[in-house]
Amino acid sequence: MKNPTLHNMKKPRIGSHTIMLMITIVLFIVLYGAGCVMYANKEFGRLQNFLNVLINNAGLLIAACGITCVMLTGGIDISVGSVVAMTCMFMSVGLAEWGMSSGVLIAMILCIGLVFGAVQGYCIAYLEIQPFIVTMAGLFFARGMTAVISKEQVSVPFDSWFGQLSQIKVEMPFQIGAYLNKKGVLMVPYVRITVVVALVMVLITFLMLRYTKFGRSLYAVGGNQQSAALMGLNVKKTKLLSHVLCSFYATLGGLCFCLNTMCGTPTQATGLEMDAISSAVIGGTLLTGGVGNVIGTLFGVMINGTISSLVKFNGKLVASWANIITAILLCFFILLQAIFAKIKERKK
Amino acid sequence: MNKLRNITKKQLFLPIISMILVMLINVLFDIIDGNAAFDFFAISMKNGVLYGRIVDILNRGSEIAILALGMTLVVSASAGTDISVGSVMSLAGGMCCMMIAGFGVTSVSTVAELAHPIWFGIVCGILVAILAGAFNGFLVAYMKIQPMVATLILWSAARALALLLCNNMIVYVRMDEFKVFGSFLGPIPTPIIIAAICIAVLAAVLKFTALGTYIQSVGINKRASRIAGFNSANIILMCYTICGLFAGIAGIVNTSRIYSADTNNIGLNLEMDAILAVALGGNSLGGGKFNLAGSIIGAYTIQAITTTLLARGVSTAQAPVFKAIIIILIVVIQAPPVKEFFKKRSARKSAVKEAV
Amino acid sequence: MKNNAVLEMKGICMTFPGVKALDNVDFTLKKGEIRALMGENGAGKSTLIKCLTGVNKFEAGEIYIDGIEGSVVNRDTLDAQKKGISTVYQEINLCPNLSVAENLFIGREPLTKLGTVNRRKMNAQAAQLMKDLELDIDVTRDLEEYSLAMQQMIAIARAVDMECKVLILDEPTSSLDDNEVEKLFGMMRRLKEQGVGIIFVTHFLEQVYAVCDGITVLRNGQLVGEYDIEELPRVKLVAAMMGKDFDDLAAIKQEEIKDFSGEPLEIDAKGLSHAGTIKPFDLEIHKGEVVGLTGLLGSGRSELARVIYGADRNQSGTLKVDGKERRIKNPIDAMGLGMGFLPDDRKAEGIVGDLSVRENIILAMQAKLGPMKKIPMHVQNEIADKYIELLQIKTASRETLIKQLSGGNQQKVILARWLATDPDFLILDEPTRGIDVGTKTEIQKLVVQLAQEGKSLIFISSEIEEMLRVCNKMAVLRDGAKVGEISGNMTQESVLSAIAGGDRNE
Repeated sequence: MKNPTLHNMKKPRIGSHTIMLMITIVLFIVLYGAGCVMYANKEFGRLQNFLNVLINNAGLLIAACGITCVMLTGGIDISVGSVVAMTCMFMSVGLAEWGMSSGVLIAMILCIGLVFGAVQGYCIAYLEIQPFIVTMAGLFFARGMTAVISKEQVSVPFDSWFGQLSQIKVEMPFQIGAYLNKKGVLMVPYVRITVVVALVMVLITFLMLRYTKFGRSLYAVGGNQQSAALMGLNVKKTKLLSHVLCSFYATLGGLCFCLNTMCGTPTQATGLEMDAISSAVIGGTLLTGGVGNVIGTLFGVMINGTISSLVKFNGKLVASWANIITAILLCFFILLQAIFAKIKERKK
Repeated sequence: MNKLRNITKKQLFLPIISMILVMLINVLFDIIDGNAAFDFFAISMKNGVLYGRIVDILNRGSEIAILALGMTLVVSASAGTDISVGSVMSLAGGMCCMMIAGFGVTSVSTVAELAHPIWFGIVCGILVAILAGAFNGFLVAYMKIQPMVATLILWSAARALALLLCNNMIVYVRMDEFKVFGSFLGPIPTPIIIAAICIAVLAAVLKFTALGTYIQSVGINKRASRIAGFNSANIILMCYTICGLFAGIAGIVNTSRIYSADTNNIGLNLEMDAILAVALGGNSLGGGKFNLAGSIIGAYTIQAITTTLLARGVSTAQAPVFKAIIIILIVVIQAPPVKEFFKKRSARKSAVKEAV
Repeated sequence: MKNNAVLEMKGICMTFPGVKALDNVDFTLKKGEIRALMGENGAGKSTLIKCLTGVNKFEAGEIYIDGIEGSVVNRDTLDAQKKGISTVYQEINLCPNLSVAENLFIGREPLTKLGTVNRRKMNAQAAQLMKDLELDIDVTRDLEEYSLAMQQMIAIARAVDMECKVLILDEPTSSLDDNEVEKLFGMMRRLKEQGVGIIFVTHFLEQVYAVCDGITVLRNGQLVGEYDIEELPRVKLVAAMMGKDFDDLAAIKQEEIKDFSGEPLEIDAKGLSHAGTIKPFDLEIHKGEVVGLTGLLGSGRSELARVIYGADRNQSGTLKVDGKERRIKNPIDAMGLGMGFLPDDRKAEGIVGDLSVRENIILAMQAKLGPMKKIPMHVQNEIADKYIELLQIKTASRETLIKQLSGGNQQKVILARWLATDPDFLILDEPTRGIDVGTKTEIQKLVVQLAQEGKSLIFISSEIEEMLRVCNKMAVLRDGAKVGEISGNMTQESVLSAIAGGDRNE
């Protein structure tokens, strides 16, 4: 207490954002804990199962990071699921039927993501069309293109360089969580390369949002668009770039998704946009923009993943239960946001 | 020249022109294929029912037309769209078949097997759709959540719920009493009749009550409407509820067509068709004034496009590519900066003319 | 440029379609001067400021800024900022979700060698800035954690740190309490010492006399005068703002001063209030009486009317209508009790732009009937035609969209909307603004006529002449509170001094 100003400082106050993030983290722990207790006999609590949640949701995680960036500006993008599907299909068909090389395909796909995002972003930022309408058209366009590329399911050939990637196991260092299976073989928990990519992307996004001018301008635009413009930020450019980023992340997420499923089908990843949006919202990103970060989104994705994992472990429940629970959670968090917003309004 | 400009400004110009365009393309294709030039318009009787491509379009377009009715009101009052209608259709269908067949039963074909009477199932289906609409309306009107975010919840959940109701299976109701809503009543396809009834009822309601004024007024200027004594929240809630009702009816028609609750596919992507119909009908997606006739013509135009695409060998899964492009074109034309640009250009042109 | 002037604007002209918004206006600001820019609605204050900051493009005139050669035209607010003109608005133009430091430095953050934002340096610089301005603020906290006053000062700090020579404060005190206002004034005085010229736009007279060195008064887009604070006492200021010149209107003199105390009460409000806009007030209105609400813009005259009508929900007190206690939650409740309200913001709250004149006229009537009882089309047409005729609304047809009409005719349509509901009690907030002289007289006549039919009215206007002509009684408002009533023999002088209030500066 050497600094005299500290005496007059306001008492530390827990803001509504912190409360929301706490709720999210507690919710995750409760969900996972409940799983560990309920399915103790099925070894839900094993580290590998936890890692499996990550492995299964690596693509979603990357896409959700992209959506978080868009939502920070107060926008939204519902095309990511279809973009993921289109990416998978393009990759699979490219490798299996067109005989293209993995590297060229990956580069092409990422470029498609950039262009796709740029077109959507231009319509939204410069032509001032509602983001929902634009990205809904994007959703149907990408979904349709998936079917145009191929109407059938196409598998990724394992002998390709890309296919080989799916085989790589990154084992936990120091054999953390290792156990002997029934045959007495030491099983070291592992993740796939996609998880590494996803976590690196989370880290990069986190740093970008916190330490770059662009990252901060995303928050500023979401906080108050008019003010941001008056303070000298290029609001339109920021919005455009956020959509470019989002679609780029979606294609990258699509590649990871493809490594996980090793195939492309026209109906793949339906509703993934919903999972991505709900992950971001559950993770504390405000729909009105300006608040949120990718760490929250990471927890949101983990909650989503845990729910599907729980439904799977149950074995009797219909898979759509996961969708319903996610929707209920989304609804709950949206209402929570609305209530917090009302309280704030009233204080003024 | 002036007259021409006046005509292009009319709200029905866009839907009618696109309708004619689609017809012309069909005629063109027929000529290329060596069919009779006006094969497209031919209507004949086969096996005691009406037959022809026009009839087919009217028949298949019924669901879109019904959905477009509700969507028009929603767009007008809340300047947002209800993207859950397709899923709600599925929910209504699932609820209906589940009620008729009983939970967990996959197929019924005789009266003795029915868990509940058919009418009861249909009423339940429509009721649950109304409920879904009211839920959307509540979120939008009272919790002040952006329409599309609010309806996103049911967009995902309603279909999942439908799957749940049907125990993750396709429930068949193989009974003529049920099939009739999707097949023929006499020589005329029943969906056409149902769509006509829906259109007539809504048009009558708008004509004989002041609801149209209420909805448009709220959509144009919420604050002024409030001062003039309107309760905008209630009106928005009502619009969403009506939208749910129509989604329910469309869902029942669609279910009856395939006499089964194929919840994964009922109403799939139909929300886009409905929104497209509204936009194509010359209605601004920014809310305010609406024109029901435009939306209806828009709906059948969409169906004509779909039918044409399918006839040319484009699959159902691929068709969205074209529709997405059309919808983007329409909203780009409607976008304020684009309008501004054209206004400026025509102003510059006329200035040049005056100078000369 | 004049000696030690930091800003000089000469002969600024600007027209909006149909209105001369600024007519040859001059404005001078000295170094280290706080100058109040005063004027009623439509006087041209905000237009002048927008011309200065580059939001509006003016047609004629020159702007000179200290240290810049030749006349200056700002392209936009950013451009103006670069030239040393910063604006702080009532609506704080900062991002509430960012930290104080970020709000101070966004767009010009200190960077590290990697090109990323150097948060530590930014926070240190921000803290130093706060210290220099003697503000006790933790710069790492989110802006929204601080009160509006603090946010206001942070906005000023940002402006000042950007090398500003001219600081425009556009009604910064509207949402602050006395304590906070005092803090703001302290900061303004400190800046003044540093040589910053400050343009202070406000409608609180007290504050003008508390902090300003000079006053520039505008009226109807013209410069009334530039004064030193000493030479313009309150009453004279109000007179200058309101204009004393008698309009060339047909006089509707009230024959005798009528005593309404015997008439039954139509409205009896006790202690009504709305947080932040109007303090608790009492008001009695008898049947057949026209009560004027007078006071400067922002004094709460519109807000008082809004609370009675339920446009803003009252948070305390009771309201008796026609002798019975009523709760009004929404305008429709008030309408049910026979009220009507013509709001002052015609565009935002009056017209429904994309509907026709006919629909706009029958709107309130229809709302009263409810959605199920549609007024038959032929009746709608009759009503519309009747009022188009009666109020001489200039429109191509009754089906013309209202947004295509001129402002004055739009106003008549809204008036027709309320007349059509046959109200017992009608609130008219600035019904004659932006309307030509002839129409003004008609509306005034109409008001008197309605009162003779036994209807009660609230009449709000910036023009005292007009108020004197139609009102039987006036309630005076100042700084969001009702401070008195004038009745009986009302004169311009008595009203002006009541509005100005206080005699400190006389």
